[in-house]
Amino acid sequence: MFGILASILDGVLVGAVYGLAAMGLTLIWGVMNVINLTHGAMIVAGMFGLYYLASAAGLPTYSAIPPVAVAGFGFGVCLYWIAVHRVIGRPPLMSLLATFAANLVLIGLGTSAWGTVLFNVPVSLPGLTYEGYTFTGTHMMAAVLTAAIAGLLYLFLYRTRQGKAIRAVAGNREAAELNGIPTTRVLALAFGLGVALACTSGALIATLFPFTVLSGAAYQLKSFVVTVLGGLGNPAGALLGGVALGLLEGAMTPFMPVSWTSIVEFVVFVVVLIAFPAGLLSFRRS
Amino acid sequence: MARQILVAAAAILFALTAFAADEDTLTIGYTVSRTGALNLDSLAQERGFEMWRDEVNAAGGIKAGAKRYKVRFVTYDDQSQGGRVQQLYTRLIVQDHAQFLFSPYSSGLVATATVISEQYGKLMMSIGGAEGKTYQLGNHYLFQTYTPADQYLSGAIALLKEKNPGAKIALVYSDDPFSKAVASATRDQAKQAGLSLVLDESYPPSQTDFSAIINKIVASGADALLGGGHYPDGATLARQLYDQKASLKWATLLVAPDSPQFASLGAAAQGISVPSQWAPQVTYKPDFGPTPAEFTKRFEAKYNIAPGYHAAGGYAGGMLFQHAIERAGSVEPDRVAAELNKMKATTLWGGTQFSTDPKSHGLQLSHQMVLTQWQMEGGKLVKEVIWPASAATAKVAFPYR
Repeated sequence: MFGILASILDGVLVGAVYGLAAMGLTLIWGVMNVINLTHGAMIVAGMFGLYYLASAAGLPTYSAIPPVAVAGFGFGVCLYWIAVHRVIGRPPLMSLLATFAANLVLIGLGTSAWGTVLFNVPVSLPGLTYEGYTFTGTHMMAAVLTAAIAGLLYLFLYRTRQGKAIRAVAGNREAAELNGIPTTRVLALAFGLGVALACTSGALIATLFPFTVLSGAAYQLKSFVVTVLGGLGNPAGALLGGVALGLLEGAMTPFMPVSWTSIVEFVVFVVVLIAFPAGLLSFRRS
Repeated sequence: MARQILVAAAAILFALTAFAADEDTLTIGYTVSRTGALNLDSLAQERGFEMWRDEVNAAGGIKAGAKRYKVRFVTYDDQSQGGRVQQLYTRLIVQDHAQFLFSPYSSGLVATATVISEQYGKLMMSIGGAEGKTYQLGNHYLFQTYTPADQYLSGAIALLKEKNPGAKIALVYSDDPFSKAVASATRDQAKQAGLSLVLDESYPPSQTDFSAIINKIVASGADALLGGGHYPDGATLARQLYDQKASLKWATLLVAPDSPQFASLGAAAQGISVPSQWAPQVTYKPDFGPTPAEFTKRFEAKYNIAPGYHAAGGYAGGMLFQHAIERAGSVEPDRVAAELNKMKATTLWGGTQFSTDPKSHGLQLSHQMVLTQWQMEGGKLVKEVIWPASAATAKVAFPYR
């Protein structure tokens, strides 16, 4: 009996990390109406960042995450200026194509550098065992860190001036510009922040599972599902959506073959799109 | 004057080529998975091929009647993908004029390559493909060196029946042709042995998160795990099994634990057993070629790493092929095939005999598997042969840890 609860709890722990990944996607989408198709590549960049800092350079694993986040932010700002700046405000297809092209370039460079070999960051933390089921320390640590990062994001968005500026630009760019907010810089900041979140979630996922250059695609797909569940442009919704998805996965697997999980996930995705187009937790659409 | 010099130069060149023509080359084509999930095992197999080729060429080439043929490989990266195998084997035959073929590694890719090789009537040594179905589709020039998949876990079942007759087995395997073939045979063998199967599930080959499956294993009350797939998923499953402290008494995984790299998992590798086509400690007495010990020594000297069964299979496949040419005295495909059909030999690899029944042509009949287990000896992880008892080099560690 505890087996089902264990499965659900474990699903929630991992789902939180999926939620973190989706937060980056939904922030960018909400602020500047750009669907960031380099999201998967940025998750992989975070994974490799952690791998090189922790395994190759020998940093303690979890302390390598802040540098990955900072580097992700810097890279995101650069990516904004290179690929996204000129297509803001243009038809959505242009920004989609721009980020898609950037994604192809990044994945192509990654594959030629690292091939498709499996990489692994060996992390070991004491877990919690109860009635034969173990919750691994890494899963719990990842969930805790996700909660912390989500909290920091909330503080940033709601208690700082830059955060307020981001919310203002997300609400109405012209009005924000008229109020003296340098909207272009704010958009770059928001994009950088979204990419930083993607890289950080990638780093956390690397502590849990092995990865290849092509692993990002699966997590990008999950991020889309979570974003839809949680409502576009709503980071809190994304986190809750991730947890909900993890809960769903955890509740399903004891009752059906594991290979059916993705089928059910995407059926739910389609149903939610049809029944709740604005997301399950749609606050005002930013 | 200039014209005379040109004529003289042309004559000299012709003469030189005439001398060179005494040394013929035999072109063998194959693909190897340099990238993709199969790369670790596939590259190990290629090392076997290359070592065979280097030794053959150093000895002057393959002797076919009065001529000697130096072996030349033409190879491409199939990226572990069936689509690429299809394109590349066609290219090897049509553009690169490969006279004979070696198969890619892994049952799925061998099946794809067989379609092409049979279409063009080219003889292919199947090395690294255990699935038996490929040989039941009617072929003329395919020869399997590996023991078929349906026998992979029969050793583990026999061992469990002896050590723990009330064992509850969880069969968790990758959703690929090889692992599915093994699983389907194992189900029948477990039933015949009177062991109960409490969990029977497949996972996508690209799976990296096994926590849900491991929870299911725990929930089912299983005390023995059989299954896995190839290296990436097998290694990840072993690692997560250890992290989640699944309380099992026995675990046999396919393919992955045979690789020397598996030892890098440390404590997670201890006690895991693997059905192996070959191990360095086997004591076959070869009719021709090096003994297992000689082969292991030469391989370690050349590559600084112990050979696993993939490398030994690659080397043995080349050697069996060479032996058939030498006995046929020719490189005519039909005559080489006739020799392979007649072959009943023992080499460092073990027994080799190919089925000549048209319903299963080329299926390997006499090669046997062993079961090896990673055991901790003096603080180091060592692979020991534990089954069958006649080939064992150490006692079975049961419970596995």
